[in-house]
Amino acid sequence: MSTVTAQKPKLKTSAMIASIAGEGQRTVAAPFGHALVKLAAERPEIVGMTADLAKYTDLHIFAQAYPERFYQMGMAEQLLMGAAAGFAHEGAMPFVTTYAVFATRRAYDFMHQTIAEDDLNVKIACALPGLTTGYGPSHQAAEDLALMRAMPGMTVIDPCDALDIEQMVPAVAEHKGPVYMRLLRGQVPLVLDEYDYKFELGKAKLVRDGRDVLVISSGIMTMRALEVAKALAADRIDVGVLHVPTIKPLDTSTILREAGRSGRLVVVAENHTTIGGLGEAIGAALLRAGVTPQFRQIALPDAFLDAGALPTLHDRYGISTEAMSNTIKGWLG
Amino acid sequence: MDTSVTAPRAKIAEHAYRIRRNALRMGEVQGQGYIAQALDIADVLATAYFHAMRYRPEDPAWEERDRFLLSNGHYAIALYAALIEAGIVPEEELETYGSDDSRLPMSGMASYTPGMEMSGGSLGQGLTIAVGRGLGLKRKGSKSFVYTLFSDGELDEGAVWEGLMSAAHHKLDNLIAIVDVNNQQADGPSSQVMAFEPLTEKMQAFGWFTQRIDGNDLDAVIAAFDAARNHPGPEPRMIIADTLMGCGVPFLEAREKNHFIRVEPNEWQLALEALDAGRKA
Repeated sequence: MSTVTAQKPKLKTSAMIASIAGEGQRTVAAPFGHALVKLAAERPEIVGMTADLAKYTDLHIFAQAYPERFYQMGMAEQLLMGAAAGFAHEGAMPFVTTYAVFATRRAYDFMHQTIAEDDLNVKIACALPGLTTGYGPSHQAAEDLALMRAMPGMTVIDPCDALDIEQMVPAVAEHKGPVYMRLLRGQVPLVLDEYDYKFELGKAKLVRDGRDVLVISSGIMTMRALEVAKALAADRIDVGVLHVPTIKPLDTSTILREAGRSGRLVVVAENHTTIGGLGEAIGAALLRAGVTPQFRQIALPDAFLDAGALPTLHDRYGISTEAMSNTIKGWLG
Repeated sequence: MDTSVTAPRAKIAEHAYRIRRNALRMGEVQGQGYIAQALDIADVLATAYFHAMRYRPEDPAWEERDRFLLSNGHYAIALYAALIEAGIVPEEELETYGSDDSRLPMSGMASYTPGMEMSGGSLGQGLTIAVGRGLGLKRKGSKSFVYTLFSDGELDEGAVWEGLMSAAHHKLDNLIAIVDVNNQQADGPSSQVMAFEPLTEKMQAFGWFTQRIDGNDLDAVIAAFDAARNHPGPEPRMIIADTLMGCGVPFLEAREKNHFIRVEPNEWQLALEALDAGRKA
């Protein structure tokens, strides 16, 4: 190594890291894999299938516990979905894993035609949702929720943390029919255990109440929203957080009730493009019901996102805690 | 009919004739359609449903049945003709083919028709589903076979090759695939749209026990199904069936650009008569 290199400032890395957890944040290792192993003991119909990403979706935990119930389909996402459909036709409940980009963009028609049209019991768990990798557009699934919401019969879930994922796994197995769930993998933050919260499929939950702002959010943006609420409390801004882990079917009645309480700025925050995700779903639901609070969206831009280190990118695109806090303060004037 | 039927050859030939006849009658309902394909694949379907497959007409979901997955959904007219002949679909429904509220839509869908095991039409998907079914049957310890029919045009789809690789990788000896090589797809001869030969060598190289036959030579079709079922190796089984579009109706055999043919109203009767003439010959 040359001395010139050694003197340069250390650059932030976009290397694929296994966790989105902040420094010092409490985490749980591989909550999806462990929850699936636990559930599989009671449900012999569960099989695990992947397209060369077992180790990167925490399905390797299941593969180690149940090698005879684990099926490697190779780097072939269309095959993965079609074969999962065939397996489900024969009475199994496949949990299939890959990255969100590959499932939704490469294998969309296979999920649509082979799984959803026949209402098959296939559970699709996809890592790297939204902007949770710095690898650039090839790996960033900024539009996965829009795509999956548009598919008839598909239940769509965006969990916040390890607790959400642990409780989501048995809930989706209990639900009959196809499910698309976003997955956080590796060392997954644990946040919701500090609140009076339990995951229920199809239910939005008010995790924290607040008089000035209501953030309606899903996935990791609920974690951010709770951090924002703590940060803005110092400025005497009271922020409530309504967590909506089930994107479809949307818990419209809870959303309308909370958004309809007068005097609050309503902010929908999502780890997804502004197009076709939670924000537009809620905006449309509010308009249809004639509920018209002050409404704002915090979401990723309609653009091919940059490569880089995640903290850099979350700041750049306004979904870090600090960026979000500043945006909301700005809106409040 | 809950075990392998193994009807005498003459009976299978009669079933093939009646499958062709059913298809022509359905074609007449719409005045057009994938008639030429139905005529070319009739011998394969007659052999599948009246020689090779286990099923119960009165219970299409019987757990111990052999599964038949139609990947090329537009061949539904041919499969309906076979399902009618097999007693799974009542013959009188033939007149509803492709009409509103019919159980026999133009493109085959599992939720519409008894005995239809998958929704085809988005081409190149059948083999991937068949792989999953093969894995699922093995996991259950089932002795049932999965048959899947797809067309030479579907070989253009990358997912077919994903299925080919994985079936061999997973040693799916309960999977029997039939490729209908009629060398015709939407835009013209399949070999010109996207060259697929040498197909036998490709399938063998992908690890399949492969036979290539004249798909309109009934003896060859029967022998190929027998060999596919009885092959002792762990490989998935491939039958490449070279077929003649419009087989059995000479003036349709001669018609060009016959992926989706228009048949004039007066020609349906002529087609049936030509079919009958060939049967007597």
